[in-house]
Amino acid sequence: MLPEDAAATIGRAASTSFSDYIAAQNPAALPSARNAANHTGTDLAPHATTIVSLTYAGGVLMAGDRRATMGNIIASRHIEKVFPADMFSVLGIAGSAGIALDITRLFQVELEHYEKIEGTRMSLDGKANRLAAMIRANLPLALQGLAVVPLFAGFDTTRRIGRLFSYDVTGGRYEEQEHHSVGSGSVFARGALKKLWKPNLGEDEAVKVAVESLYDAADDDSATGGPDVVRQLWPVVYTVNGAGARRIPERSLARAAEEIIASRSVSGREA
Amino acid sequence: MTQQFYVSPEQLMKDRADFARKGIARGRSVVVLTCREGIALVAENPSPSLHKLGEIYDRIAFAAVGKYNEFESLRQAGVRYADVRGYSYDREDVTARGLASVYAQSLGAVFTAESKPFEVELAVAEVGTTIAQDHIYRLTFDGSIADETGFIVMGGQADAVVEALKGRWNAEQDFGEAIRAAVDSLRYDGGSTAEPRAHLGSRTLEVAVLDRDPLTARGSIRAFRRVPAQELDAMLGNDRAAV
Repeated sequence: MLPEDAAATIGRAASTSFSDYIAAQNPAALPSARNAANHTGTDLAPHATTIVSLTYAGGVLMAGDRRATMGNIIASRHIEKVFPADMFSVLGIAGSAGIALDITRLFQVELEHYEKIEGTRMSLDGKANRLAAMIRANLPLALQGLAVVPLFAGFDTTRRIGRLFSYDVTGGRYEEQEHHSVGSGSVFARGALKKLWKPNLGEDEAVKVAVESLYDAADDDSATGGPDVVRQLWPVVYTVNGAGARRIPERSLARAAEEIIASRSVSGREA
Repeated sequence: MTQQFYVSPEQLMKDRADFARKGIARGRSVVVLTCREGIALVAENPSPSLHKLGEIYDRIAFAAVGKYNEFESLRQAGVRYADVRGYSYDREDVTARGLASVYAQSLGAVFTAESKPFEVELAVAEVGTTIAQDHIYRLTFDGSIADETGFIVMGGQADAVVEALKGRWNAEQDFGEAIRAAVDSLRYDGGSTAEPRAHLGSRTLEVAVLDRDPLTARGSIRAFRRVPAQELDAMLGNDRAAV
């Protein structure tokens, strides 16, 4: 029989989670360590807006606009809200920007930490569940108006398909089919995606569909930024396929945005 | 009643050191060497899953010889140290020097205070943007730490392998040449007078590299990469054709 303390180490080894470790060592470093007491923090800090994600032939794509708002003020025109989580997954964030960026950073370390300790990558479902746990930990703040709602997409290396997951503030995890969007402009983006998305889109077409759905979101939602030709700012777009996550270069995005603007100007219609 | 005999501190430390050395000498050697393209880590290890080499952080790798359970717990502790530090400060604030120094403290404390010293020898390697900025730290069971340049060999027959590697290694080699030099030297672990062992292949080797510029090579900031069996055999295959 194993001595009691030696046996206990086996149980502890079941979790190689970085966030569990840091919660035990230095809980103040966690994103959920903030406390807004009884106040609501809705207009206190920048708010990140629309994210769209869609599957295409051989993978999945995620795109986010570049605007953050604080009430009626544009807090940032340059913010990036889509990030690679590891080699085969990306996440996009909508909601309270500061907390969302912290959760993103923690999630990236969480996946890398697991990979280094275990010597193997976490499964895509495992990653989706870890993100759910982090969103769940943020529930008290969400109830005070500082909600974070991510969208998670990745390439399932065992099933060889792109998959995407949405979340609610309680940490509920829902696998989505075909396409999904979150954030203030998501209703309009979703409408556009329903018309534009087709099965087995090529990568270039998929990029264009994503940019166009964000264009439609920006058209009707004041908190979502459209393509900015004056400052040459385009959405941030990542694709994930069997080769890994890749950021679509500015050049391709500029071309896609300009094509959309041109086709809409030519048609000369109101919407 | 049992009689407690007096043992001098010198004798106590010597006994502990001999015990640890004996444990380490049983294992096969590990070579860590710098070259033009980065740092190569070569271990003789028949297991494809129980690693002697590991990734610690963006530009830092870990290599060990000795008892698996002991160095594995040290490796995991090192990964935790690096990730906590990188998360609470910044990625560039994680350095091999900092990690090597906490390893040294931990090994030193175990050597003097615990009932048995760790039977391990560790290397912490950090690849820089130039060869001059590379760091290789060697840590022994008693907590001593050494900052080495060029290459280090750890394990029971280290001296014989060092002798063999001296004539084969130079800093201007690429990964293929450096790994071939290291693998070739491992065969001479019986000493210069003994017959070298037969050629080593990917079945008995574990090889990893720290790329000097992983961002342009692979689009990643993580320099550590295991060399897969196929690639390794192709690398060593050239060697066999040349011999």
